[in-house]
Amino acid sequence: MKEVIFEILENRRITPGGIFRTELAGDTSDIARPGQFVGLKLDGLYLRRPVSVCDAAPGRLTLIWRVVGAGTRQMSEMRPGERLSALSGLGNGFDAEVSGDRPLLVGGGVGVPPLYYLAKKLREAGKDTAVVLGFATASEAILAREFAGLGCDVTVTTVDGTAGTRGFVTDALPAGRTYFYSCGPEAMMKALNGALGIPGEFSLEERMGCGFGACMGCSRMTVSGSKRVCRDGPVFRKEELIW
Amino acid sequence: MVKDTDRLATELCGIRLDNPVIPASGTFGYGYEFAELYDINILGSLSFKGTTKEPRFGNPTPRIADCPSGMLNSVGLQNPGIDRVISEELPKLRAVFRKPVMANVSGFSPEDYAYSCEKLGRETQIGWLEVNISCPNVHGGGMAFGTTPEGAAEITRAVKAVTGKPVIMKLTPNVTDIVSVALACEEAGADGISLINTLFGMRIDLRTRRPVLANTFGGLSGPAVLPVALRAVWQVSHAVKIPVVGMGGISSASDVIEMMMAGASAVEVGAANLVDPFACKKIIEDLPSVMDRYGINTLEELGKWEKM
Ligand SMILES: Cc1cc2nc3c(=O)[nH]c(=O)nc-3n(C[C@H](O)[C@H](O)[C@H](O)COP(=O)(O)OP(=O)(O)OC[C@H]3O[C@@H](n4cnc5c(N)ncnc54)[C@H](O)[C@@H]3O)c2cc1C
Ligand SMILES: Cc1cc2nc3c(=O)[nH]c(=O)nc-3n(C[C@H](O)[C@H](O)[C@H](O)COP(=O)(O)O)c2cc1C
Ligand code: FES
Repeated sequence: MKEVIFEILENRRITPGGIFRTELAGDTSDIARPGQFVGLKLDGLYLRRPVSVCDAAPGRLTLIWRVVGAGTRQMSEMRPGERLSALSGLGNGFDAEVSGDRPLLVGGGVGVPPLYYLAKKLREAGKDTAVVLGFATASEAILAREFAGLGCDVTVTTVDGTAGTRGFVTDALPAGRTYFYSCGPEAMMKALNGALGIPGEFSLEERMGCGFGACMGCSRMTVSGSKRVCRDGPVFRKEELIW
Repeated sequence: MVKDTDRLATELCGIRLDNPVIPASGTFGYGYEFAELYDINILGSLSFKGTTKEPRFGNPTPRIADCPSGMLNSVGLQNPGIDRVISEELPKLRAVFRKPVMANVSGFSPEDYAYSCEKLGRETQIGWLEVNISCPNVHGGGMAFGTTPEGAAEITRAVKAVTGKPVIMKLTPNVTDIVSVALACEEAGADGISLINTLFGMRIDLRTRRPVLANTFGGLSGPAVLPVALRAVWQVSHAVKIPVVGMGGISSASDVIEMMMAGASAVEVGAANLVDPFACKKIIEDLPSVMDRYGINTLEELGKWEKM
């Protein structure tokens, strides 16, 4: 973990519902694994806001996030050239090493972005990667083309049927997969936990004070006792979680 | 010119501190997460997470809320319990921090407090016992004792009876007359007072129309509470003869100096560590130049000058 002052290169709304994509320039050397996150310090707000790494390269960071409250509303007004303080390299991240040959990635809404960087790593390692993405409606569907561009086998579901399969991610799960990775609304992940017989891991969300393990604000009870979502997580193996 | 190291030195209950900066309980874990970021031996001391006799998960989440210039927490004293603190956390802390540590203790009865203080007091690593009678986030304990002079005195006596280590009573600002509580602790034998713990508060989510915290209420800390803390430290330090550890909203070297001008012999830094994990390091590094700006030769003279 370190504090990095990023420069905003681009900040753009990508859906009518208020999902934004932010391109940043700065030191990303502390981002070691997909599924890690950054803690953003915003003017006039006291606590940092956690946002997952959607994509990272040396000197470059991509975040994709939805406007939900004061902090993200302020982020929607960030302009190219402005600076942004981030605690970089927070959390444990996904374990891409254990995927087997045919991993499955399942994301919902703004839980999809961290899976992109993971898919990139899995494709680099030559894995046959299937991706199932769930959204409310076609206009809020994000990143499907980008996953396809990595060579993933992509299935989209929408609740209203305006794109892909009508329904939920659990209505479109492919068979024959070796391991799964998931991030999305808790209800989706809970349903997935019941629906998938293969081993895997989930990325959780909890309201955070510090994001690096100091305040005990983000605790969650697991089969091996209380864990901090920010530091022991946000990614937990399926068998560790109690739903 | 006095050396920088001597300019910052202070003393707390007979133990020398290289500088007055102590991370506050609950915002610094057991130190070792921060030791990965910088050499924490630069700190004056550190106060570790509130420890209770039994392990505690604490309150349901969400238990953190953002506030104007501060935060609410309703963590509720999550800790692994005294036995694991002694067997697991203290050895890990010892590996990264070689100075005397402040043991923050909480409980639900005088017997609980005595039990934990006796055990922790026997650990050579522990310099002071900071007895938290001010946690707003637990029922039937914590703050219940700190809101009356009688309750505060009862816990002070129970703890003083079982340990020879300096006992610092940590007070809540959520009272009508904090001076009477501080005086009761002093009379009951306390060696020092620390204050303030968090201010009782809440926030409501406009979308859900429900309290943000699962526990409804929580404790406010951060820069928002600095003026309240200064007032409480001023009042208490002018009323008691024992040393006072001041905290509440400290985020900079000038805040430290202001708190010492209010009468504190040392200070604790809480919420600031959560927003900037390097906060204490930066404060310590900034102290000499801020002292120069205000013509302060040594921090120690500052406290004495105010108490005269
Ligand atoms: C590890 C992690 C990774 C995340 N990654 C993404 C991402 O890639 N894209 C994205 O759109 N969102 C992500 N989020 C959610 C994002 O942090 C919140 O939407 C954001 O903090 C809201 O801030 P706000 O000030 O706009 O909203 P507020 O008005 O403060 O709150 C709106 C809602 O946001 C959530 N929230 C607020 N503050 C926090 C906090 N400090 N920690 C956690 N949740 C909070 C709460 O559920 C709250 O009800 C992530 C959260 C976590 C914990
Ligand atoms: C997340 C959090 C947890 C805390 N836990 C404890 C605790 O276990 N014991 C205690 O005595 N005080 C606890 N406190 C209170 C702080 O030690 C300190 O008294 C208070 O936060 C005021 O200082 P600040 O404004 O610098 O944060 C906690 C504060 C925070 C923010
Ligand atoms: S947010 Fe502070 S410990 Fe996880």
